[in-house]
Amino acid sequence: MEKNESILYLNNVSVSFDGFKAINELSLYIDKNELRCIIGANGAGKTTMMDIITGKTKPDEGEVYFGDHIDLTKKDEAEIANLGIGRKFQKPTVFENHSVFENLQLALEGHRNILSNLFYELNEDQRNKIDSSLETIGLEAEKYRMAGELSHGQKQWLEIGMLITQNPQVLLVDEPVAGMTHQESERTAELLTSLATRHSVVVVEHDMEFVRSIARRVTVLHQGSVLAEGTMDKIQNDRKVIEVYLGD
Amino acid sequence: MEKSLIQRLLLSDTGSKILTIVIIFIAIVVPVLNLLVPVDSPLHISTYTVTLLGKYLCYALLALSVDLVWGYLGILSLGHGAFFALGGYAMGMYLMRQIGDRGVYGNPLLPDFMVFLNWGSLPWYWFGFDHFPLALLMMFAAPGILAFVFGWLAFRSRVTGVYLSIMTQAMTYALMLAFFQNDFGFGGNNGLTDFKEILGFNLQDNTTRCALFVASAVALLSGYAFCKYIAQSRLGSLVMAIRDSESRVRFMGYRDEHIKLFIFVISAMLAGIAGALYVPQVGIINPSEFAPIRSIELVIWVAIGGRGTLYGAVLGAFVVNYAKTFFTAWAPEAWLFILGGIFVFVTVFMPKGLVGIYNQARSRNTRKKSMKESQANIRNS
Repeated sequence: MEKNESILYLNNVSVSFDGFKAINELSLYIDKNELRCIIGANGAGKTTMMDIITGKTKPDEGEVYFGDHIDLTKKDEAEIANLGIGRKFQKPTVFENHSVFENLQLALEGHRNILSNLFYELNEDQRNKIDSSLETIGLEAEKYRMAGELSHGQKQWLEIGMLITQNPQVLLVDEPVAGMTHQESERTAELLTSLATRHSVVVVEHDMEFVRSIARRVTVLHQGSVLAEGTMDKIQNDRKVIEVYLGD
Repeated sequence: MEKSLIQRLLLSDTGSKILTIVIIFIAIVVPVLNLLVPVDSPLHISTYTVTLLGKYLCYALLALSVDLVWGYLGILSLGHGAFFALGGYAMGMYLMRQIGDRGVYGNPLLPDFMVFLNWGSLPWYWFGFDHFPLALLMMFAAPGILAFVFGWLAFRSRVTGVYLSIMTQAMTYALMLAFFQNDFGFGGNNGLTDFKEILGFNLQDNTTRCALFVASAVALLSGYAFCKYIAQSRLGSLVMAIRDSESRVRFMGYRDEHIKLFIFVISAMLAGIAGALYVPQVGIINPSEFAPIRSIELVIWVAIGGRGTLYGAVLGAFVVNYAKTFFTAWAPEAWLFILGGIFVFVTVFMPKGLVGIYNQARSRNTRKKSMKESQANIRNS
């Protein structure tokens, strides 16, 4: 795949913590409006990979590019978020003492400096944006409830809703269905699939059934590098993958 | 529907309403009862009481500044006494220069302690303090700059939680040791005292005392409205978001460390103003204001009043300091034990402080009411 077709480009990235190679010569390309699933056992380097993309961890070696020429290794978390990369954490992270509406309002793109926030007034256009996000994640009825009162699944959706409101080009979603009921998982699958028409979505997930239900293209990570990549059928029949991951 | 700004800031909730009314009330009544009512009348308020209440008003402003960083931003600062003291020293330096040649040694330029230490000339950092505008600037700038440097280093390195608290405590302790030194040029052990005049008015006059009292009330109310404005803005929303989930804010693209720094500096300046108003009323500023225990006491005021509400901090400052005045007269050795005891009790049984009890009772009532209503609705349908 050519570099200029992809929106996210990792090439030969390595990072180690105290001698342990968490990421080992990892190369990965994500296309525009692609929905990509990344699977791998615990310790395969999934979360570290997200940390590298979002600027939380700096790689020891390798290149990380956003679009054609933005070098992400030289940016910090806030800059990367403003470039258009949103991240959902593994544990649902919303502002529990704020209402659902306020959570989304804080996520709204633009207005990132102090003074503009001090004198901020919400306009009609922005209200509509928040309402449309609420509709997408199906939390219209909870608009004025405290985020802390939401169920686990609703918090996950709210966090995804905050990402959408931020309007990023790439959404990195870490284990969106952990702890969800079957119905909730199904709705999440629909939600993520629909998002992939407007954003690139990268989902890290353990739940194979869920991955099967949404994935077009799957990447298997193992010991910090890519073990296999392709459609779900191809992955499931890959001997190496069966040995290290699906085998047991 | 549009409410005026003042309504929104001072009258939007019960706590703010009560606070605004009480402060305006005492700001008018106390000076009247002191100045216009004859001394032998039972309604007369002594100048001692005026000064005492003025002190409480300054403490309340200080408590507000602590609540802003602790209750809203989630930073437990155990060094806010330092910002208070710096504001106080800036005012103290102005008042020292106003003494002129009326000091014990009669030196028109040098304050007494410098003459005593055989200093030939005024140190450079004392220049200009005879001008009130510069002194006023320094009341904001001295604490503000310290908070900026400290906060910039700490927040940039992402020091948080208990480590940050310990650092703030170390900061105020270090300053205390520095200000104790005679060579440091701020009067050492004795600090700055024997003030005569402020802006040409005799500090011993009842009228001046009352004016300082009213100024403290105005400062407290403006400080309250200012903090409330921040808290109600989107910035305030962000500040609380940082308190609850800092990394989420960062990954949304906000510069959390800048926001923290901004609030920290604002809070330090408020503390500085509180100190500046405190010093002419008590007549002295010395290094004991930097003592770590002083800063811990502030936190206890806010905890007892109830943090994260602003009016809770004001209430806490008044209640604890009134108790302190009462108990230190009655059983001075016991005061710290009593304070410690109250603190433990509040932390264990009233995590939201005094205002928390009221708010809990009210929400219990409204919940009962809404439950009854919904039951009635079910029955009706």
